[in-house]
Amino acid sequence: MTRLTGGVIDHETALRFTFNGKTYSGRKGDTLASALLANGVQLVGRSFKYHRPRGVLSAGSEEPNALVTLRGGAREEPNTRATVTELFDGLRARSQNHVGPLHRDFMAVNDLLSPLFASGFYYKTFMWPRAFWEKLYEPLIRHAAGLGRLSGEADPDAYDKGFLHCDLLVIGGGAAGLSAALGAGRAGVKVILADEDFQFGGRLLAETHQLDGMPATSWVTAVMAELAGLENVRVMPRTTVFGTYDHGIYGAVERVSDHLSAADGAVRQTLWRITAKRSILAAGATERHIPFPNNDRPGIMLAGAMRAYANRWAASPTRHPSDPVIIFTNNDDGHRTATDLLAKGVPVSAVVDPRSDAPTFGDYELITGVVDDTKGRLGLTSVRVTQNGQSRWMPCGALGVSGGWNPNVHLSSHHRSKPVWDDALLAFVPGKDLPNGMIVAGAAVGQGTTVKALRSGVEAAVSSLAALGIAAEPIDLPDADDTAAAQTAFWHVSRKGRAWVDFQNDVTVKDIVLAHQENMRPVEHLKRWTTLGMATDQGKTSNISALAVMAELTGKSLPETGTTIFRPPYTGVTLSVLGGGDTGKHFRPTRYTPTHQWSASQGATFVEVGAWLRAQYFVQPGETHWRQSVDREVLAVRSGVGLCDVTTLGKIDVQGPDAAEFLNRIYCNMMGTLAVGRVRYGVMLREDGHAYDDGTCARLSENHFVVTTTTANAAIVYRNMEFARQCLWPELNVSLISTTDAWAQIAVAGPNSRTLLSRVVDGFDLSNEVFPFMACAELTVCGGLRARLFRISFSGELAYEIAVPARYGNALLERLAQVGADLGATPYGTEALGVMRIEKGHAAGSELNGQTTAQMLSLGRMVSEKKDSIGAVMSRREGLAQDKRRLVGFSPIDKSEAIVAGSHLFTQGETRNTTTDQGWITSAAYSPHVGSSIAIGFLEEGDARMGEVVIAANPLEGREVRVEVVSPHFVDPEGGRLRD
Amino acid sequence: MLIPHPLLGLRDAQEFTYLGDASLLNRPDASSPDAAVAFFDYVYLRDNPAGVHRELWFHEQGDRSWLIVTRNTLTHEILNAELACESAVKSEVLA
Amino acid sequence: MRYSGFRVIKEALLGQKGWRPLWRDPEPQPRYDYVIVGGGGHGLATAYYLAKTFQKSRIAVLEKGWLGSGNIGRNTTIIRSNYLLPGNEPFYEFSMKLWENLEQETNFNSMVSQRGIINLIHTDAQRDAYRRRGNAMLFAGADAQLLSPNELREMVPFLNYDNARFPIKGGLFQRRAGTARHDGVAWGYARGADMRGVDIIQNCEVTGMRIEGGKVLGVETSRGYIAAGKVGVAVAGSSSRVMSMAGMRLPVESHVLQAFVSEGLKPVIPGVITFGAGHFYVSQSDKGGLVFGGDIDGYNSYAQRGNLPVVEDVLEGGMALMPMIGRARLLRSWGGIMDMSMDGSPIIDRTSVDGLYFNGGWCYGGFKATPASGFAFAHLLATDRPHETATAYRLDRFARGYLIDEKGVGAQPNLH
Repeated sequence: MTRLTGGVIDHETALRFTFNGKTYSGRKGDTLASALLANGVQLVGRSFKYHRPRGVLSAGSEEPNALVTLRGGAREEPNTRATVTELFDGLRARSQNHVGPLHRDFMAVNDLLSPLFASGFYYKTFMWPRAFWEKLYEPLIRHAAGLGRLSGEADPDAYDKGFLHCDLLVIGGGAAGLSAALGAGRAGVKVILADEDFQFGGRLLAETHQLDGMPATSWVTAVMAELAGLENVRVMPRTTVFGTYDHGIYGAVERVSDHLSAADGAVRQTLWRITAKRSILAAGATERHIPFPNNDRPGIMLAGAMRAYANRWAASPTRHPSDPVIIFTNNDDGHRTATDLLAKGVPVSAVVDPRSDAPTFGDYELITGVVDDTKGRLGLTSVRVTQNGQSRWMPCGALGVSGGWNPNVHLSSHHRSKPVWDDALLAFVPGKDLPNGMIVAGAAVGQGTTVKALRSGVEAAVSSLAALGIAAEPIDLPDADDTAAAQTAFWHVSRKGRAWVDFQNDVTVKDIVLAHQENMRPVEHLKRWTTLGMATDQGKTSNISALAVMAELTGKSLPETGTTIFRPPYTGVTLSVLGGGDTGKHFRPTRYTPTHQWSASQGATFVEVGAWLRAQYFVQPGETHWRQSVDREVLAVRSGVGLCDVTTLGKIDVQGPDAAEFLNRIYCNMMGTLAVGRVRYGVMLREDGHAYDDGTCARLSENHFVVTTTTANAAIVYRNMEFARQCLWPELNVSLISTTDAWAQIAVAGPNSRTLLSRVVDGFDLSNEVFPFMACAELTVCGGLRARLFRISFSGELAYEIAVPARYGNALLERLAQVGADLGATPYGTEALGVMRIEKGHAAGSELNGQTTAQMLSLGRMVSEKKDSIGAVMSRREGLAQDKRRLVGFSPIDKSEAIVAGSHLFTQGETRNTTTDQGWITSAAYSPHVGSSIAIGFLEEGDARMGEVVIAANPLEGREVRVEVVSPHFVDPEGGRLRD
Repeated sequence: MLIPHPLLGLRDAQEFTYLGDASLLNRPDASSPDAAVAFFDYVYLRDNPAGVHRELWFHEQGDRSWLIVTRNTLTHEILNAELACESAVKSEVLA
Repeated sequence: MRYSGFRVIKEALLGQKGWRPLWRDPEPQPRYDYVIVGGGGHGLATAYYLAKTFQKSRIAVLEKGWLGSGNIGRNTTIIRSNYLLPGNEPFYEFSMKLWENLEQETNFNSMVSQRGIINLIHTDAQRDAYRRRGNAMLFAGADAQLLSPNELREMVPFLNYDNARFPIKGGLFQRRAGTARHDGVAWGYARGADMRGVDIIQNCEVTGMRIEGGKVLGVETSRGYIAAGKVGVAVAGSSSRVMSMAGMRLPVESHVLQAFVSEGLKPVIPGVITFGAGHFYVSQSDKGGLVFGGDIDGYNSYAQRGNLPVVEDVLEGGMALMPMIGRARLLRSWGGIMDMSMDGSPIIDRTSVDGLYFNGGWCYGGFKATPASGFAFAHLLATDRPHETATAYRLDRFARGYLIDEKGVGAQPNLH
């Protein structure tokens, strides 16, 4: 055990956890990383490429090494950073990316072969023989790739999403964020304060600074208490703001129950879309390391992290309390780790600092020099220190490294604002053109001392509020330390041996040298060639150091060499929470028809039609195959009467004095001349001249029309009509409303339909003379229920469609079935509907697929020459006008053979390829009326080829059928039945 | 994105359906002799500017207004939003 | 220098000292016979085939940033030839055949990996449409297979078959489809072109075109005027801007497409899977990241970044289709600018300006077309005749009404 005293953990509450099967004890307030360190565990993982043994590098979300798989079973969570995993009782974790035990990974052989695996090597080999790539090389590479493993099971947890709005979003709850939130909170505006950590305070928790002579944690506690009392402030711990989006929208994930051993049905994480009028980015800074040979051993960590483990978590970085610690730093801040550790009783044998003028801050040996090699394969044992050309090995249990600090500019560059170089700070700071409304404060903008961070937070709050027109008083701030840490531009130790820059992806200084040698010098080429910065930490700990090395090689300055901007997300976001939790059946809303309940009671099988669920067919006792049900339904309609819910067809009410003129411009055919009480079939074109929808248009009164659309295009037609009304012809006095959901509509089809309907209408004359084919009327049914009746037919039989207010749809269908029982009233579904429309040669979605013209549908004459309408002009273009494909019918020569839709048509005896292709089958069905398979489809000059035998080829399923070209009207081609 | 609806205030862009360049308001005269050329230009050609763009959005999950939104395609900054029907009437009066 | 496994071993033993630059950084010459504007995949491939296949010399590629910085540097790496229409399918199949020989051709491992693509089927009507498409693929000499639900379940058992809002009823499978290492494609062509004398000039932005008497004479650039015999423009994402320098308006809108990659994971997904009932498609890279995307954001944009609703939409689809990926994390997202054309298909053609040629309008499908696009554009530049598989990609097809509209949604780019 190397647990120290003090810190911000609860020493009284022990939590048990396992790592690689071994049980340990931690404290409430620990992270998994701090608990492991406090148990003397340094080796926690293996690197991606060379499988090098690795330990904890950082104390935050930038961690590249300490990635573990958390929990187990379906809740297994790969690539989880131990450094930000809040410890809970019963936590289970295991290390990743090794074959065999962690301390004896067989894949470590890669490390011996590392000269072969220099950056970009795979682009240069594995090319011979060709077939070996997929068969041998790639499977080997893929097998070696990846870090953690998915369980393969569905994520069982619940997720949520929500929306939040505020005046000011403060991102980060360190010194700057807390003073900003307090300043704005006291001014009364709506504030959200979010931090990825489970405790607010940021670096204040990790340092030994005093505020007003008290420990900083006392100030943090007081501020949090005050904020908790302000109703206008929402404090969100465990919440990572991961992305800056347009117009003040931020994406954030709150880890609601990840810190609990069992969520007990609670939501695991919530995705918040936060809309903020202003924001303050106070995300702090990330320490960078200094590459030197063998700088990746377990026990080598960032000096600031080492300090955080000692101060906040009371954890020593060494395996044994007596192991000496050494610090290697190019700046004063690194020295602070030495003094803090000493104060905690951790032995510090030396601070190595390359600066000749480095000051001493405490009772430790200061060596003016560098660390340039290390020993200890599974845990650091000694380091080599070189001073004035003299090297010596010093025993060392843990090495703290500090190469300065990089401001966390990420969220400020999500809108592609380029960070700019600050020569004094030796770091990139946020550039110009920040996202609208954002101010960066504290260490994230280089204001890193406690005083500056506190002050810049308050100033940012005052400026933010001023921009909203609110005057805020600057709040009083505590006295604090204001010593800037002096540093020097010392980027790496240039010695023989591999010096790691990107730990996780195993990119070394040598790899950068090689990239330079091969002219992969632009920073993006460097990254892509070497995979630098592509690991799970996205270069947080490596990019700037790599740039510095490249700058040294090219002789250019660092900002000339390049900069790097960041893209969302700031840190990895669980895919489940981005999905928002609506999985399975809840992926999309389901629309039920008004008659769903009754249909279900009649044995309906339902089918997805867009968002709708429609009755597909109704299985009756004894029917074992869907075809039996469908054939029965078709024959019932053609011989008696059938009932079908057609509510899903779009319905648009068009009203106003100019309604007729408006519809003339919408439909390609003449619609304004339609008489009151009559219905007409209409086709709509897109402005590019292609047909896109068809349906009926009924004129209920002089200024009142009802347009029906296909189910698929209901929303689109309405949108286009509103576009025409508002944008093209606002001078027309016409109003539109979509009434698809307001009216339940039922098709009553078959020779007995008139008789059946006469039993429900309230004294309405249905005779052919008074209410002929294509008539419509408003009437009442069932004793006073208002209804609309249309005498239209999709099946080719005498037929009607009757509409009643949606809530009566189910009752009406039930009533019709009841009173029509003696007439053979039979509910039918979409399959029978489809069979009957193919038998009649009516176009549906497969024919009106957006690629066809009215002419191809043999409706070309409908495009009126007498008037302008949407698409009329463009339909006359050569390519459309000269298209000779026509919709025709097909009948198999061998009546026992089935034609399938999607077959392509070829002239008999012709070779078959793209250029000889003559068309395709759009729809096919077994016709119980004809007694064989029938089909319709588009065929080159089809209307002139009646009687010809062509081939319907379907090599995809190894089939072809000889078919005769016939009229698409397989039933009652003269149309006598529907006019009876 | 948030769209400043002239009647409803700031609305999430997710409530809207996007169409394209506001030049689609200027449908050519089908009876003019160069109608074929004019319609080709109207239907197919776009300025597609990298910068300020006037464009049409439909408040489909809202009040069903068509809006003309002036937005910068480089920054996504929205400079203005107006009702398309008012703009369409205005331009006709001017013509 | 030739790349080989032998060479890799030799250099490993010699401390990597022998590797030479992949390409030169030449100063621009005052005049070239062929100036290709745009050092992305299509521009580099064009220069490569001009030099290699058509034996042309005095060729320059002008790139405003670093080579490969366009959409070849930010895409979801899918290659396939599963198109429906006769104007498209032979072209994409030609591209597929070029992919199959790319590495041997360029002596550069672009990791072309034919692990297959599955388009899922959710309705009977979709099965009919995919049957039509699969047959069209076979008639064009490509491969296609219609998978039954059982065959599909065997191949990709981890999909949500049993509790799906939109049931999975099978799939259309193209075995020869797959992925390639996108940067590697650009580098392979660039290195191959450079070896054959092509000047690839980075950090050289075209700022104007010199046109006299209806003929292009050369281009103004940030590095001075460069005279040219012929100018070929292949600048996906900037097509409207560059062609406006020649006074042209295009049937193109610029839109942003976001794409995503997860943290590295051990292999779980064998090939490419596309989910038609939602907007989601996914593959897994050789490094282990799940690479996925969905729909374009839907509004005109040059910003190279998108917004949150589409991120959510994509992951809603992802989680509905394969709930086992839920506990992985999104690592990075990015946005590319697509030249969305008015019928969803590309343009490779001469223009009204003599000597000026245009290649663009690839929507979000340009990556898979890279080899054939380069080859066909080189063919056009060298011979003034379209390549036999690219005859439909004419600029005047919009005026004349010969659209190649795979989706059947008409002249609205954001729907393609």
